Amino acid sequence: MIEASGLSKRYGPVRAVNDLSFTVEPGSVTGFLGPNGSGKSTTMRMILGLDRPDAGRATIGGRAYHDLAWPLREVGAQLEARAFHPARSARSHLRVLAAAGNIPDSRVDEVLGAVGLSDGAHRRAGKFSLGMSQRLGIASALLGDPGVLILDEPVNGLDPQGVRWIRTLLRSLAAEGRTVLVSSHLISEIALVADHLIVIGAGRLLADTTVTDLCARSGSLEEAFLTLTSGGVA
Amino acid sequence: MTTISRPAWRPATYRSAVGFRQAARMERIKLRTLRSPWVTLLITVAGVVGLATAVGLNSKDTHADITSNVLAGVAPGLLAFGVLGVLVMTNEYSSGLIKATLAAVPHRRTLLAAKTAVFGAVALAVGELASFAAFLAGTAALPAAFRAPSLGDPTVLRAVLMVGAAYPLIGLLGLGIGTIVRHGAAATGVVIGAVFVGAQALGALTHSLGAYAPIAIVSDSLSVTKAGTAHAGYAALRPWAGLGMLALYAAVAVAAGAVLFARRDA
Repeated sequence: MIEASGLSKRYGPVRAVNDLSFTVEPGSVTGFLGPNGSGKSTTMRMILGLDRPDAGRATIGGRAYHDLAWPLREVGAQLEARAFHPARSARSHLRVLAAAGNIPDSRVDEVLGAVGLSDGAHRRAGKFSLGMSQRLGIASALLGDPGVLILDEPVNGLDPQGVRWIRTLLRSLAAEGRTVLVSSHLISEIALVADHLIVIGAGRLLADTTVTDLCARSGSLEEAFLTLTSGGVA
Repeated sequence: MTTISRPAWRPATYRSAVGFRQAARMERIKLRTLRSPWVTLLITVAGVVGLATAVGLNSKDTHADITSNVLAGVAPGLLAFGVLGVLVMTNEYSSGLIKATLAAVPHRRTLLAAKTAVFGAVALAVGELASFAAFLAGTAALPAAFRAPSLGDPTVLRAVLMVGAAYPLIGLLGLGIGTIVRHGAAATGVVIGAVFVGAQALGALTHSLGAYAPIAIVSDSLSVTKAGTAHAGYAALRPWAGLGMLALYAAVAVAAGAVLFARRDA
């Protein structure tokens, strides 16, 4: 379970995240939705202890990220499509991370297979297409078999086949009882993947609801999302 | 491919926690799985040995401090180590890897300690290799009239060892500056400016401070085996004092980097 309570972050004059509170429950895929620049990535960075909140706190299973004994085995995260050194092979990149979790190389090969990168394992990751980079990012998130997954725009750059693949993957991860938080700025995209939705705009919580409820509200998801994000901040 | 079965791998124990050992192993694999640092190191060793050979071949003055002269090729080598130290940190930022690294090891001081230890150890090993190889090649290339200095002479051995130790210290100075500046090109500029250009200019302007310039320390303090042969316009530091100064520069840079690294957003 992921909990954010009163999270706030300011970059100079910009309030990137403003008193944001929500809970992400295990067992379902939660979509983290908001327009570009609404504070999704900043929130995720604060959950992962990469950025320090000005106020509030984020916990995973009740503990701050840096208090986790083996972070990689408890939380799998992908924040950027290309968070790897371009000259390293996909397999070497995963071996680097695996070392930090006392995770054996056999598990590296296992996740490479799970994301369909076994054939590209020894190629320089810098040569990867965006779709392959996304798969490598997801492999790194799965590496420690974590109970919590945090993925920032993982569908970005995937072809329709890839989108379907990630939908099935995320659903099955949630069905195994894991907590899955997936961000996107496209409602059409996230509606295919998520059951639950946390919608933010200008750093504030706009809605904490289910896809079905949001859909019922204004007939179409697109409509509901635009209504929420345009006039949402009172 | 579309299903993710429960993995065959199960963690052996949850009793301990991620710490220095894991971070150091991660940093070791990072270095091992890139070719460019090793190519840089290899070229550096070759360059230093080549210069030493050239100095040996062209030696004229039999009374000169031959050890110090053949080790003179270290200056460009030191630059390479300094830049490599910068890149150990700034590569993480330019590639975005820093986020994955810190998600894996959230304790930032532990991570920086691991980077310092792993890079420092590699730089020390290669630095000593470069120094000994340069000494042996340079003295072997001396004209027949020369009596080559021997490693059996404690003063000569000390000089060669100390010059070898200067490489990792300049490398760690680069690592510290890279951690402070975070941007590769800017940090490289700072290293070149501080170690090579600025320090030399400072030395030229105020002779009393010239002895503290890193390059002056290497050429006039660490490598010297005959007292009084250095002809700079200032009183050179004693060898151990010089080595201590270099260590201090590196320690200050890494410590300042650690403070900022722990405090700043990634």
